[in-house]
Amino acid sequence: MFYREAGDFKTSYRDDNQTFPIRLDRAGYWIVLFVAFCVIPFFVNDYWVNSIFAPFFIYAIAALGLNILTGYAGQVSLGTGGFMAVGAYACYKLMVAFPDINIVFHVLIAGGITAAVGVAFGLPSLRIKGFYLAVATLAAQFFLVWLFNKVAWFYNYSASGQINAPERTVFGIIVTGPNTEAWAKYMICLVFLVGVAWVARNLTRGMTGRKWMGIRDMDIAAEIIGVNPLMAKMSAFAVSSFFVGIAGALFFAVYLGAAEAGESFGITKSFLVLFMVIIGGLGSIFGSFAGAAFMVLMPVLLKNVLVGTMGWPTEIAAELEFIIVGGLIVIFLILEPHGLAQLWRLTKEKLRLWPFPH
Amino acid sequence: MPEQLLFAMEVTLNGLMAGVLYALVALGFVLIFKASGIFNFAQGMLVVFAAMTLVGVQTGQIPFAHLINTIFGTKIHHFGWTVPTILAIIVAGAAMVLVAWIIEKYILQHLIGQPDIILFMATIGMWYFMHGFAPLMWGSEVMKLDVGLAQGINETIDTTTYNWFGYGFFIDNLDIVAAIVAALLVAALVLFSQYTKQGRALRAVADDHSAALSVGISLRFIWVLVWSIAGFVALVAGIMWGSKSGVQISLAEVALKALPVLMLGGFTSIPGAIIGGLIIGVGEQLFEFAIGPLVGGATQAWFAYVLALVFLIFRPQGLFGEKIIERV
Repeated sequence: MFYREAGDFKTSYRDDNQTFPIRLDRAGYWIVLFVAFCVIPFFVNDYWVNSIFAPFFIYAIAALGLNILTGYAGQVSLGTGGFMAVGAYACYKLMVAFPDINIVFHVLIAGGITAAVGVAFGLPSLRIKGFYLAVATLAAQFFLVWLFNKVAWFYNYSASGQINAPERTVFGIIVTGPNTEAWAKYMICLVFLVGVAWVARNLTRGMTGRKWMGIRDMDIAAEIIGVNPLMAKMSAFAVSSFFVGIAGALFFAVYLGAAEAGESFGITKSFLVLFMVIIGGLGSIFGSFAGAAFMVLMPVLLKNVLVGTMGWPTEIAAELEFIIVGGLIVIFLILEPHGLAQLWRLTKEKLRLWPFPH
Repeated sequence: MPEQLLFAMEVTLNGLMAGVLYALVALGFVLIFKASGIFNFAQGMLVVFAAMTLVGVQTGQIPFAHLINTIFGTKIHHFGWTVPTILAIIVAGAAMVLVAWIIEKYILQHLIGQPDIILFMATIGMWYFMHGFAPLMWGSEVMKLDVGLAQGINETIDTTTYNWFGYGFFIDNLDIVAAIVAALLVAALVLFSQYTKQGRALRAVADDHSAALSVGISLRFIWVLVWSIAGFVALVAGIMWGSKSGVQISLAEVALKALPVLMLGGFTSIPGAIIGGLIIGVGEQLFEFAIGPLVGGATQAWFAYVLALVFLIFRPQGLFGEKIIERV
């Protein structure tokens, strides 16, 4: 009844192309933003931020990045963990070297450095395609993690080989280090997430995004109609790595506080982010959010139910988690290859016609 | 002879032997890729699962003991018998056939006609599934695999080389056994695909799916067959690898190295898998020997991947792969 375009007249090209063409969606969007920025920060505590909000926001940023590369530009990457490590270590070096500069800039510059590394590892994608490329990105994953483990300069010669985030502030509020308040953690991740999502949405619906999708659907055909494959692929790698780098920097500086390359950014992280993108929906901004939320919430839920309520050992819960995630991946690929985003889309279609079936 | 050269020779020989193990895993990939065009990421996990099943059966472990104990509060762990090695290998082989059948019936059957990349991701899902399923079934401790293969230093080679060069080479007996078994396995596979009816059908399917279908070859049967063979190859690889370093889930990550081996050799070539394995095995050992100490060591973690990456830039189809033809 309410979920209709009817009566909502679009009088300009701009109106016609807006992200949320239905009034209720637009209202929902602003309400969600309002709640996220002005309500939740007053109620969050450490548990909620550390086990749900911070990982969800950060993984959503990483998933957005990977979705641009895999979902929009069609280049499968298994190197996300490695690129997150670049972001984390770049951010660490910057934080230590320039303590007076605002950490927001550190995170952004770390993203820029990751983008450069991503482009370097993306160059072979011009020659190598499909799963050859997927395996080639494993080179980035293993090489980068090894590099950060072995070259002591990256972790400032600390004895443990770990990097620890020093205390930094934004507008006088502590956002990194052990003394961070829950809401500050929450806010900085949220601000970055909203920024990244806004950029991603607007890139993917513009010319850049169409070029990426052309390359994804068939690169030779795209080249023939005038898409420069070098520019399209490299820009996809750059933008994707930029986002992933930001995610890595936040993951280390804000969420973990201390990190070690092999443990925090191993190949399982690459898989995890890839799964978020697949379960959420390839080539969908909403899908990145849905996938990240799903993959963050599911283990928390499993742990609470199995370990908390039923008293099972954590080991079994962890094994069951693998089984469920793996099984879900296969089920999603079989039943709904476009992921949660497609389910959401279908629901909206149905809602539009409700209460009529057709 | 100068000492450095002797060391390098020993390293090369050991690299060859390590390469055989990579080649064994890569072989399973190639078989599946040729017959069904599926890039089976989970092959490494199949290796681990096969090896775990073998040890579990051999030592009479109760499957899912941990889970059953947790749910019902019992304290079971072993049946209290040990199974003879041969019988255990047969049971593990049967389990791999069952796995192949389940994969075909419940996964691949529903994904026919999907883009290759979707199938690839489905195998990553399988990898994840087995990553949880294998330890849930057989426990997550490191398992000791002993099927009575010779182990330890080979005295003959040690003394012979000592008499020749004044420096005894250290070659593990197990590596020699692995090399022989791998050679036998490849020979058996070649004979099978050349001289049996099923083998011919297999090659026909590898050549052209629809043409094979039109002359009355059952695709489903061939796929179950080829996944079973890949499972069997995984079992052999699992035995070799497990005897060497014990069976645990992290073995699957080492088995990932079969991927650069494949890229080097070409996805569709059995000789390519073997030669690629040897090149990677020798390459990473020599690199670690020569350059490793300068850059902090442990270069084996990435050398294979980077080598394959650099190589592919110049020859995207690998050493022996079919030329990639792209059409609009």
